[in-house]
Amino acid sequence: MKNYWKIFYNGIVPGNPVFVLLLGMCATLGTTSSAYNGMMMGVATGSVLVCSNVVVSMLRKLIPDKVHIPAYIVIIATFVTMLQLAVNAWMPALNASLGIFIPLIVVNCILLGRAEAFAGRNGVVASLLDGLGCGVGYTFALVLLGATRELLGTGKIFGAIVYPEDYGMLLFVLAPGAFIALGYLIAIINKIRKTN
Amino acid sequence: MLTYLSIIITAIFINNIVFAQFLGVCPFFGVSKNTSSALGMGAAVTFVITLATVVAWLLQYFVLNPLGLQFLQTIVFILVIAFLVQLLEIVMKKTLPALYQSLGVFLPLITTNCAVLGVAILVIQKGFNLMESVTYSFSTALGFTLALWLFAGIREQLELAAVPKAMRGVPIAMICAGLLAMAFMGFSGIKF
Repeated sequence: MKNYWKIFYNGIVPGNPVFVLLLGMCATLGTTSSAYNGMMMGVATGSVLVCSNVVVSMLRKLIPDKVHIPAYIVIIATFVTMLQLAVNAWMPALNASLGIFIPLIVVNCILLGRAEAFAGRNGVVASLLDGLGCGVGYTFALVLLGATRELLGTGKIFGAIVYPEDYGMLLFVLAPGAFIALGYLIAIINKIRKTN
Repeated sequence: MLTYLSIIITAIFINNIVFAQFLGVCPFFGVSKNTSSALGMGAAVTFVITLATVVAWLLQYFVLNPLGLQFLQTIVFILVIAFLVQLLEIVMKKTLPALYQSLGVFLPLITTNCAVLGVAILVIQKGFNLMESVTYSFSTALGFTLALWLFAGIREQLELAAVPKAMRGVPIAMICAGLLAMAFMGFSGIKF
């Protein structure tokens, strides 16, 4: 039981995909113009990650070693296509705001990385928890970055007004602000990790 | 003619793939430590993006659309890219060993470069014809190379700077990229 908790927790803090491993940067920067968008992108990526981890670990003894990477890519692409159709049908507004980053979940290094490093070598339950942990860690990072940018840029968090929009720095909602905010967040987290 | 010029200028400067669209950010931070490897990566990416876009365009309009299989787009495109990169590696090893020596290490990395899949999908979404697609993909890749090369120059200088401990490495690189992106925002006033 303690072991399972460790697997789950590893994805959230010690091996956080964004702040520690620096994976999946494109989607991290591209979809965090607001906390809500960041959260939805995190949930979308996390759900694909859980599904692909489970299927990869189920099939790990059947997939020949030589073709394991293409096989993983097909598994991931299948779940991304399913997600794409579901979002298109039920949440057209979200589809418009995340745009091209939904199909691009396929090339998010976190998915292939976890399949290769964890799910291809471990059992179904452990892989499920690993996927869940990484998904939660990724969502946490995206929400943190999205909330920072939304607060500094428009004075809101999740659409709730904190201070008047006129005092916001529009830069943080635009492209350069994404790089700058993420740079400072990683630096702050580095500092906290070093002092602990 | 003006459409092509506008596609080229937009793709390289105004809507730069790294600074405005956030595609290809992973290799952007990974391979920008020195200018020569940045140019090598840029050349390899330019080659693959252009080739992959042409193949993806042909597949979309001659296979997926007539058969009504548009929903398979993501799976087909990613497999095409992975296949192309592999093929390119094998062909280049046999026929152009000198070029392979210089680009070789970067080739396998390109499959997971989201710029390649991103451009292939964007071209279909924008409804470009084949010639426009080639122009768009080639100039987007040039924009990527330009960004990578500029940024590698900055990072070479950064090695010599006294940066606070917690900011060393990726954080300071991110902030520099942000400042560079701000400079590129200056182009957004250009209209055709």
